[in-house]
Amino acid sequence: MSKLGNLGARLYRGEVGYDFVGKRMLWYGLSILITITAIVGLAVRGLNMGIEFEGGAVFNTPKTSASVSKAEESAEKAAGHDAIVQKLGEGEMRIQIAGVDIEKSDQIKRALAEDLDVKAGDINADLVGPSWGEQIANKAWQGLAIFMVLVVIYLAIAFEWRMALAALIALIHDITITVGVYALVGFEVTPGTVIGLLTILGYSLYDTVVVFDSLKEQSKDITKQTRFTYSEVANRSINGTLVRSINTTVVALLPVAGLLFIGGGALGAGMLNDISLSLFVGLAAGAYSSIFIATPLVADFKEREPQMKALKKRVLAKRAAAAAKGESAEAPHTADDVPHDDEYEDDAAPAVVGPRSQPASRGRGKGRPSGKRR
Amino acid sequence: MDRENEKVAAPKKGRRQSAPGKPGRALAFILIALVALTGGMFLSGHTTPRLGIDLAGGTSITLEAKNEPGQKNAINPTNMNTAVDIINNRVNGLGVSEAEVQTQGDRNIIVNIPKGTNEKQAREQVGTTAQLFFRPVITQAAGAATPDPSATPPGADKEKDKATDKATDKATDKATDGADSPSSSASPQGRALTDALKDDPTPGASDKAEDGKKDDGKKDETPAPDPATAKLQEQFAKLDCTDKKQRAEAGRGIKASETTIACGKSADGKTWDKFILAPAEVNGKDVDEAEATIRQDTGAWIVNMEFTKGGAKKFSDVTSKLSQQQPPQNQFAIVLDGDVVSAPSVNTTLSKNAEISGSFTQQSAKDLANVLSYGALPLTFHEQSVTTVSPALGGEQLQAGLIAGAIGLALVVIYLVVYYRGLSLIAIASLLVSAALTYTIMTLLGPTIKFALNLPAVCGAIVAIGITADSFIVFFERVRDEVREGRTLRPAVERGWPRARRTILVSDFVSFLAAAVLFVVTVGKVQGFAFTLGLTTLLDVVVVFFFTKPLMTLMARKKFFASGHKWSGFDPVRLGVKPPIRRARRAPGSAGPVDPKEA
Repeated sequence: MSKLGNLGARLYRGEVGYDFVGKRMLWYGLSILITITAIVGLAVRGLNMGIEFEGGAVFNTPKTSASVSKAEESAEKAAGHDAIVQKLGEGEMRIQIAGVDIEKSDQIKRALAEDLDVKAGDINADLVGPSWGEQIANKAWQGLAIFMVLVVIYLAIAFEWRMALAALIALIHDITITVGVYALVGFEVTPGTVIGLLTILGYSLYDTVVVFDSLKEQSKDITKQTRFTYSEVANRSINGTLVRSINTTVVALLPVAGLLFIGGGALGAGMLNDISLSLFVGLAAGAYSSIFIATPLVADFKEREPQMKALKKRVLAKRAAAAAKGESAEAPHTADDVPHDDEYEDDAAPAVVGPRSQPASRGRGKGRPSGKRR
Repeated sequence: MDRENEKVAAPKKGRRQSAPGKPGRALAFILIALVALTGGMFLSGHTTPRLGIDLAGGTSITLEAKNEPGQKNAINPTNMNTAVDIINNRVNGLGVSEAEVQTQGDRNIIVNIPKGTNEKQAREQVGTTAQLFFRPVITQAAGAATPDPSATPPGADKEKDKATDKATDKATDKATDGADSPSSSASPQGRALTDALKDDPTPGASDKAEDGKKDDGKKDETPAPDPATAKLQEQFAKLDCTDKKQRAEAGRGIKASETTIACGKSADGKTWDKFILAPAEVNGKDVDEAEATIRQDTGAWIVNMEFTKGGAKKFSDVTSKLSQQQPPQNQFAIVLDGDVVSAPSVNTTLSKNAEISGSFTQQSAKDLANVLSYGALPLTFHEQSVTTVSPALGGEQLQAGLIAGAIGLALVVIYLVVYYRGLSLIAIASLLVSAALTYTIMTLLGPTIKFALNLPAVCGAIVAIGITADSFIVFFERVRDEVREGRTLRPAVERGWPRARRTILVSDFVSFLAAAVLFVVTVGKVQGFAFTLGLTTLLDVVVVFFFTKPLMTLMARKKFFASGHKWSGFDPVRLGVKPPIRRARRAPGSAGPVDPKEA
């Protein structure tokens, strides 16, 4: 554990770090690949929509000694449709029949109760007309669209439109991946899945917002210095908040894992399971996208601004000059930079500072003199 | 010592950061809130959250309204609310305890029927469209069962009842109607159906022979075979309208074209009358609209009805026949789902417009108008989903949810302890406060806004553990960043807080936005989930602001944390603060704790 603790400190100081922004093309490529796979999966296999969306009936029987085949036979006889029977836990059964209407399902329930020798009142029934599922889904899409519009507006105000756009792309990315996983694996889509998917909305953005917030802070007066390009600052933001991102994601995933474990283990199937499964996939995708996609995208957008281009030019020119002077000149140079550095960090950019004893050759994470707190 | 430090720190804080404030005050605030909520919980008598159907067992029915053909825009809040009232009356009239009827979204009605109810009967009630009929009255009597049905000639004791009942009713009725409606003869319910034109007054309680009348009725309407009539008479005699169950079953499932028995409240609203009713002549769809108004000349509440074109013709045919009859057969029972809502008498032929007058209060006039409108509501309802959960499964799901929550919480706590060590105490305390607030508020929302904890809501609460803990992590990491920069703990807390606060607010806002949008837009289970998520997100902000931060400020004064004890979560070695440098930094400003320049 102490290793992890140290890692946090070293990441923070920039002693170690991963060049997320520099290698963004790799990650973009990976994401595009995953997204295309997801879309192809969706197009080819489609989603396995549950009874709640297709219309039909789901019965959960109490413990019974009857066999699965008997239940299936009984249900099919009463329904005239194919029935899917699953055995749950200790003798409970879950029977799904698509395409029956509500009237019919009452008869099925009675028939089941008789054949399986259980009380009709003990059979749990979920009867859904097809338009109800459609309505849930339509409303969910509607909610999704409204949320996206509002959140983009909000992020554009709180941060800036480039970040809002990047966050939106990351969000779409997360949802596509989650839906794609459902299509490819063939998990059943239920209202619980939709709930999970919609929760990802807020959650996937949580991480993204944390990184953006740090980025906004660090790049506040970026044009007043010549040591770092925007991309480099962005990269440092990711690394600086990496521990935070990992912690928040782990902590968010733990309760969901608890749900998944209990939902999958104790109840066999049901809403707990459905919600937690889509949440789990979505959260993981969300954590990935806020680090590997959203922030590098912001850097890409930003680097297109004329000021940022000019900054990059200045920074590169300066570095070239420094390199020309030879390695021995580097140390004094660093000292030179400090005042600028300090200025643009007026509101303190934690990731840029660190103990002076840092090796300077890393090109980032160089500290300013210790006494200068403002 | 503390005070002194605050004084020193104040000017600096004023410059850019929020002052550390008075941590004790904020903590006291949240403790008081917690105690108040808990107290409120015990006072209200509800110490556990109301459970939804999926956890407690029962039946949940979702209905969707559809426009009747040719009617656009019929789905509007007024119509939906009327429908909810009607369904509510019907379901709760069955003796169902606490059935709950709510609109959801713009076109759905959810009916939740708790366990222990006759589900089949309830569903029949809910699933069928309300049926409003205007049936001529054949016989009427006070509501209790006739002592010896076989021996009593039909109608004999009824007349007696009527004579007493009616006399009083009529008297009051006339008094109110008085001035300009001399014609209206009061019905047993003290009501009269009139239009603008009035005849001469009818005699008081009439004692016309029932038998003859019945024959008349039969000739006029459908001739019922004698055995059937006898059977009906027998049923009628046995019918005890004061019994809730009998009342609910009276006249159920009878077609509009059959003669039936029914119950209805008498004018005073306390006693019951029973009726034999002729086949329906006019039905609810013939009513174009109905409204409760105050009659300008008398100041009394009346209900105005307007019939459709076809309805007006039928209505005028029937009223012309009825107005020739003697009481009680000049009455027109307004029957909703087998219950006589009102039975005004008719004295003249009416057509398009009619008004029902009588001893209405504002409420009773509005209720009747609603009933009449409901028959005219251009809506039909279709069952969209029916979920039946046995109490056993409900309990199981609740248990599973609680276990999942406990596991999730335990995992989070373990992670926090391992990673943050002493600091995790603050996080755990904050999580507990958050959990306590969520629990008490959910419990209190049960009786106040009918919030019911269902399975999606439980999931939402569990997922919220992560969201809440995330805020602490953002804050802790900020403070640790500041410590890494070489600050001592107290200034680090005060410096880290404003930035952590902003991050927390922004990200919680995004979460809340998602929850709010989902709550407003979606239907069904998604909505319950969104509600919990929104609530816990709000509570997260409250807890972080009023509990975690003040607690952190207090703890930062403790030597254990401030000295960077190995188990405090601020171990300089682990954080990567190099001790020599830290000491060097402190040296110049050792007198003034924070900023050498200002010290």
